[in-house]
Amino acid sequence: MANKMKIRAFAEKGKTTVKAIIFHPMETGLRKDKKTGKTIPPHYITEVNCMHNGKTVLKCNWGPGVSKNPFVSFRFSGAKTGDDFKITWVDNTGKTGESTSKIG
Amino acid sequence: MKQQRRILLKAGMAAGTLAVAASANLLTPGRVLAAWPKDAFTAKKLPIAQEALLGKETATNSDAIKVKAPDIAENGAVVSVTVNTTLPAVESISIFVPVNAFPLSASYDMSSVTDGFITGRFKLGKTTDVVAIVKSNGKLYTAKKPVKVTLGGCGG
Repeated sequence: MANKMKIRAFAEKGKTTVKAIIFHPMETGLRKDKKTGKTIPPHYITEVNCMHNGKTVLKCNWGPGVSKNPFVSFRFSGAKTGDDFKITWVDNTGKTGESTSKIG
Repeated sequence: MKQQRRILLKAGMAAGTLAVAASANLLTPGRVLAAWPKDAFTAKKLPIAQEALLGKETATNSDAIKVKAPDIAENGAVVSVTVNTTLPAVESISIFVPVNAFPLSASYDMSSVTDGFITGRFKLGKTTDVVAIVKSNGKLYTAKKPVKVTLGGCGG
């Protein structure tokens, strides 16, 4: 499940709108397990790189305050239909994930 | 004699694990990891987090930033926030939730081709203002939006 991600990127009038969801628990480290009373260890994405044809267009620095299964949407110019769009992420435990999509 | 052999074996195994861990570390992008502003994300007060992330400069209120969020959020665990700005040369957009244990929620570094627009979903501990700080041409601008939370999103 670690690498699950959904990316939608579409170009219109020179602007590309990207919408992406990364499936991740985003544990804050402050929540307690209701059954055992133990604190659930923090597990959240710290960095996300959004790349168009290998060039970073947006870098997200995230903390535990970002919701579970984080969503990000943004807009950039200079891309066209068929270009590669890639998102990579790293979480606080060192796990990584990436996904590539074509701009539609 | 046998005892010593056991110890040696164990030591050998431990060393092996370490070597694997070390090589795994090399594989992760170390440059990127180092860039994550840890001090800012672990700060417990907004001004401290802001200083750690963006420096000592105070942010001025700006009408050119629009923070869009629901007036009332039924579930504080998932609150959609959109920041839209017409300021030129946006370098970064940071989103703070002052009542959370760690006020800095997210910071987005923009490139020269990226528009001043971002949407994300954030956790809100309780009723609060969502504060956006935009860095444009080296200066800081801010805007906020109050959100009433009926069910908290942090802890339980």
